[in-house]
Amino acid sequence: MDVTVAVHKEGLLADVDAGRKPVTIPGLGRALRAEEMVINMGPQHPSTHGVLRLELIVDGEIVVDVIPHIGYLHRCFEKHCEHMSNYQQVVPYVDRLDYVAAMSNEFGYAIAVEKLLKIQVPERVEHIRVIMAEFSRIVSHLIAIGTYGLDMGAFTPFLYCMRDREHILDIIEETCGARLLYNYMWVGGLSHDVKPNFQEKTRAFCKYFRPKIAELNELLSYNKIFIERTAGVGILPPEVAINYGASGPVLRGSGVKWDLRKNDPYSIYNRFAFEIPVGKGIKGEVGDCWDRYMVRVHEMEQSVNIIEQAVEQLPAGDVQSAIPKRIRPEAGEVYVRTETPKGELGFYVVSDGTQSPYRVKVRPPCFVNLSAVPAICRGSMIADVVAILGSIDIVLGEIDR
Amino acid sequence: MKDFLLNLLQNEILVYSMMAIVPLVWVIPFALFAVWWERKISAHMQDRLGPMRTGWHGATQTIADILKLIMKEDIIPAAADSKLFKLAPYVVFGGAYAAYAVVPFSAAYVGSEINVGLFYFISISSVVVVGLLMAGWASNNKWSLYGALRSAAQIVSYEIPVALAILAVVMVVGTFDLQGINQAQSGMFWHWFVFQKFPFLFFALIIYFTASLAEVNRTPFDIPEAESELVGGYHTEYGGMRFALLFLSEYSNMFAVSAIATTLFLGGWNSPFGNFLSGPWWGVFWFLSKGMAFIFVQMWLRWTLPRLRVDQLMYVGWKVLIPFSFVLILGVGVWMLAVQ
Amino acid sequence: MIPQEIYDTLKGTFGEAILESKLDGVPDPWITIAPERVKDIARFLRDDERMQFDALMLLTGMDYTKGRLGVVYHLHSMKWNHKIVLKTVVAAEQPHVQSVEAIWKTANWHEREAFDMYGVLFDGHPDLRRILMPDDWEGFPLRKDYQVPEFYNGMKVPY
Repeated sequence: MDVTVAVHKEGLLADVDAGRKPVTIPGLGRALRAEEMVINMGPQHPSTHGVLRLELIVDGEIVVDVIPHIGYLHRCFEKHCEHMSNYQQVVPYVDRLDYVAAMSNEFGYAIAVEKLLKIQVPERVEHIRVIMAEFSRIVSHLIAIGTYGLDMGAFTPFLYCMRDREHILDIIEETCGARLLYNYMWVGGLSHDVKPNFQEKTRAFCKYFRPKIAELNELLSYNKIFIERTAGVGILPPEVAINYGASGPVLRGSGVKWDLRKNDPYSIYNRFAFEIPVGKGIKGEVGDCWDRYMVRVHEMEQSVNIIEQAVEQLPAGDVQSAIPKRIRPEAGEVYVRTETPKGELGFYVVSDGTQSPYRVKVRPPCFVNLSAVPAICRGSMIADVVAILGSIDIVLGEIDR
Repeated sequence: MKDFLLNLLQNEILVYSMMAIVPLVWVIPFALFAVWWERKISAHMQDRLGPMRTGWHGATQTIADILKLIMKEDIIPAAADSKLFKLAPYVVFGGAYAAYAVVPFSAAYVGSEINVGLFYFISISSVVVVGLLMAGWASNNKWSLYGALRSAAQIVSYEIPVALAILAVVMVVGTFDLQGINQAQSGMFWHWFVFQKFPFLFFALIIYFTASLAEVNRTPFDIPEAESELVGGYHTEYGGMRFALLFLSEYSNMFAVSAIATTLFLGGWNSPFGNFLSGPWWGVFWFLSKGMAFIFVQMWLRWTLPRLRVDQLMYVGWKVLIPFSFVLILGVGVWMLAVQ
Repeated sequence: MIPQEIYDTLKGTFGEAILESKLDGVPDPWITIAPERVKDIARFLRDDERMQFDALMLLTGMDYTKGRLGVVYHLHSMKWNHKIVLKTVVAAEQPHVQSVEAIWKTANWHEREAFDMYGVLFDGHPDLRRILMPDDWEGFPLRKDYQVPEFYNGMKVPY
């Protein structure tokens, strides 16, 4: 695929043009130039992971340009926040940003407002929050991996991932009553304490889940056809990734060892021992789709490690003792970023001294990762666009807010 | 069977029409059964149950689906070429069904006793391509067009390894006539061609089976109907009974290539135990069971493997299967000369 | 580098383009800069040896009421692991700010969103059009004085 390599090496760092002008592919020449077709991977499509419209300008099977159109799921979250009468009322809205891994969003928001209020939550709350956030990470990665297999045509791993996800959702449902959108992590504490059988069930899950990752690797990750579809496809060089602001598995898949839980620690993550998986280009080149995919698989294993350690150390306490009766922070602002399964989620909360927020701005990781997709996709084939989009793992709720 | 009916009815046209309808008696119930079987196989492989409510373990689910499809509104997109759009499913089904003319279900029945049966089979399957192209073009949908073009490229490319693998068998037996090929494998199961000239004909079976997966658009070669990229490929715009007809032709095509694989390699209607459990009706039983075994493997592969990208598919066809089949033919030829 | 050093270096290099700052007693120290020098300051911050702010964490528009809009930049250096916040304030009638898209590619979509929500115009942005709202929407939704339009293309908006 000389065309792809040529475009990638020449075009990526030098391209300023993210607008509508298509990029000419060197090597095709005037004599061979056929007319380009504009084809819509429309808002409704089985593989765009939500309502995303990708306008593909193609030359046969080769993609000349990709123009993403977003905004189909815009629900005016930030405007709503400014009219809330209470900082706690924002939490259910925050859930619905990345609706696949809702606990991670709540975590970030809770920490941000607690930093603004300068309050400290009890140890028990910290431990449970970490456990729930890591459960969220496993859940999100299971969906990412399952749907990625589905995009590639492997129907079975998706159902195995859903089966494993049910175990986690059972534990969370026992704790807070909801399976997908929780309203659990309130500012200053949690809405419910965990049930007495929580530790036992969590340990049983960890024991159950480790062999399942091995099974998944055997079925999907090291399958020759899957590797051929994903290795060497959609290469994102590390400097480009940093410049585009990519984060999470997208950044780590390109070889950059950067994880907010270790590099900019928040909550009690600095007490746990875990590793940061990084893409090494084993099957193709560093930064290809297979690397990003394998980073997610390895991250699930590391999350199980963290959960086991946290559940051993779970102290006693009251999870609601630090929840303030009235949240009225002083005028000021704070920016807090946390490592969600999709990447770096940032909350910029500005308070003007009243009970409702002045401004809540969300910096969604998928929004920023998606902006890198046109640069990655130029020169690949249509089937590769599906592979690349799946490996970036977007959730439109977060992108559009 | 033909002589028996001619003696009975004395009318040639009526007799030949009856002979032509006999495979239909198998194909349509088979399609109903195969849809249910596929859903159950996929369900059990995916750790779930599949249809359970309509009858015993959902056995009449397909009939319920057919009833639903009959009741659906017949939608033809406004800008679609309606003549071609309506014609396409019939062409696809016609091409798939015409292949049954030479499939020998039993020693007593073959639709048409021509002595170039195999040659006819290879050529008539190409009619399906025309139908798929018509379906994709007439839908007036860029995604359907992609599916149809990919399908045409794929089927045409994989005809070559199919033909070459078949050629290896024809070299051994010396005739294109399918009944003759069947008779040459009579006896115990080690007379079956898959065990002859070992390992060349065994690999010929593998190459034939792989290439025939591409002929019928099954995973891992199901790019033309790749759900996750093309929504539905060439049958995106089809609904109701037209869709049912396209689906029916896919399953009948699957069985047709399995039937040829059975005939060429696994002894066709011959019983594996020689004269024990053999006869015209037992022949039908053995033939259908072996065909169903191949269908099971096709379904098993569909739910296990991801799909190949279109250029990788072409690579596998042209640069892997064709050279190997040439090596096979060479091997079989050298063996036959040496033995002589 | 601590925020005071960053402020001193910037003040030394850019003089009156650096306006106010608040460096103590806040979780994220900020520096206010002039809107017409944003691009130069940004380039200096990215390329200077001691600064190396190679990641733009967040770019957001703000409405400071009384006819003033603002843009807030949160910068971070992956190499030196320090952060700084830059702010600019412009008048709502002439909200022109230099674009930093050429310096950090992240800014491309972030600036489009700031334009979409607040109406801040980024000079030098290659493709400044709405990103979340439909392309023919009128008004800038996150401004404090925004009135929801009655009709949009024949559909009633408030319900």
